[in-house]
Amino acid sequence: MSADISEAGPTLLHVDRVNKRFGAVVAAAEIMLIVYPGECVSLIGSNGAGKTTLVNMITGYLKPDDGRISFDGRDITALAPREITRLGVARSFQIPQLYGELTVLDNLLVANACHDQRLSFWQPAQRPEAIDRAERLLERFRLSEHRGRRVAELPGGVRKLLDIAMALTGAPKLLLLDEPTSGVSAEEKFPMMDTIMSALGHEAMTVLFVEHDMDIVERYASRVVAFYAGRVIADGAPDAALADDAVRRYVTGELLAQ
Amino acid sequence: MTASVTVPSAPVVVRAAPRRFGLVVLAAGAFVLLAAAGYVFPRWLTFLLTMAAGNGLVSLGIVALMRGGVVPFGQGMVFAAGGYTAALVYNKLGFTDALGLALFGGIAAVLVAAPFAPLLSRYRGIFFAMLTLALSMVTYGLLMKLDALGGSDGFNVGRPTLLGQKLPDDRVGYTLYLLTIFVATVAAVAMRIFFDSTRGLVTLAVRENELRVEYLGGSVRQAMAINFVVAAFCAGLGGALVVLSLGHIEPDFSFWTTSGEFVFVAILAGWQSVAAVFIASTVLEIVRSFSSAYFPNTWQLALGLFLLFVIRFLPRGIGSLWTKRRGH
Repeated sequence: MSADISEAGPTLLHVDRVNKRFGAVVAAAEIMLIVYPGECVSLIGSNGAGKTTLVNMITGYLKPDDGRISFDGRDITALAPREITRLGVARSFQIPQLYGELTVLDNLLVANACHDQRLSFWQPAQRPEAIDRAERLLERFRLSEHRGRRVAELPGGVRKLLDIAMALTGAPKLLLLDEPTSGVSAEEKFPMMDTIMSALGHEAMTVLFVEHDMDIVERYASRVVAFYAGRVIADGAPDAALADDAVRRYVTGELLAQ
Repeated sequence: MTASVTVPSAPVVVRAAPRRFGLVVLAAGAFVLLAAAGYVFPRWLTFLLTMAAGNGLVSLGIVALMRGGVVPFGQGMVFAAGGYTAALVYNKLGFTDALGLALFGGIAAVLVAAPFAPLLSRYRGIFFAMLTLALSMVTYGLLMKLDALGGSDGFNVGRPTLLGQKLPDDRVGYTLYLLTIFVATVAAVAMRIFFDSTRGLVTLAVRENELRVEYLGGSVRQAMAINFVVAAFCAGLGGALVVLSLGHIEPDFSFWTTSGEFVFVAILAGWQSVAAVFIASTVLEIVRSFSSAYFPNTWQLALGLFLLFVIRFLPRGIGSLWTKRRGH
């Protein structure tokens, strides 16, 4: 299968006329989205607009009713999350999905072990190369001091960072972050995003992040895709997208919805 | 009974790798010590320890499954599969080597368990427990009705040989004791290596958050199915070794109370230490022996009280006594 080629080069992710309904609720209606390598795309929209549904469809948790999603030139519409992850799509979660009874280091070792496609009865989980790799990630996310702590005891912001660090273990090509700063206090949001972005900066990675805070979107996104009622209502550079009337009406609330 | 065991405090211990040499030395030391002790122990005690090691193998397999968050209530099925296979191979095929019969038992148990592994890997909690229980009770029913296998009375097994040597009257008990603790020691070392491996760590992760394992690229169902097969192999080994020492097999091997005792030992041991499994198994055999001698009609009561005590004061099992703070 050949990759789609456009003026901006080969696409990494191509969401093609995807639809998803939950009973009477339209969660995705004819969604079209093309993401190019190296972009940092923010998905914005009010609650229920369809952002997380799209993330869940891209990562295989939900199957579209119809339409097609391809990644790196390959149709991934019907694949399971595990298979999609192995192709190079990783995600973090709005509520961090961690192993609370394990230490921070062991959480990363789980991620490392899962990334090895052939799990071994023999190869120790705590072998030096795996520990080194995990510790490098911990340093990038400034989590080294928490290395030996049980995850259930950690504050929310640290858990968020660890959740993202685990997603990065397999060096994905595309990273989807579902509300990376939700549940984090206002003054911590920017430092946290700085930490995330500087950690991601080590690798040429394409990022899609769901975000409600427009200050964060303006500062970190290279492109904004706005959703309303399961539809894409704007797609473009942050300045242009955030100035769009439909976005101001239905997403940021700057214009009264009519 | 819930299938997942809650852990109130302290991170789960995932042990460092370079301890393998120390592990083997420790296991070899334990084997030599037990072998020497068995030489001077009275016969009843040697027999009790043989049973504890044989039954402990089944509970060791249950611990492997418990680490993934499920508890099987029907390991009697694979225990019986191992026992009946060893007995039948001995009686029908004339193969008498005890170590070979034990391996036959383990392999037969794997063959019995493997077809059910993909199905069982879909279920958790009480559903997993009940499905395994159902399989063991179907096996029990079949064994009761099959006259070719001795029906409800079962049948006897002759005295095995070991590595081409016949075992004389005065040495047979001790030799089978040595064989059983040898197999148990090897299994314990292998299981420890498995628990500390990448696959072992992912099993612990499955217990806590299956969704994330899938999103990290791991296969939860494959992990669960493989654990079930591993547990079956251990149970088959145990079944064969117990049959060889008892010299008799009957359908009770697959009865639900037998499966319950294996779970009892696994809970008593906790899921962090492999040595604790065999200590717990020995404790069960001792409590059973002394209670049935001194309180013949109420020995289950003593067992129940003992379990209550352990759950109250050692919720992570006996193994938590020495694994609790390691790694910090």
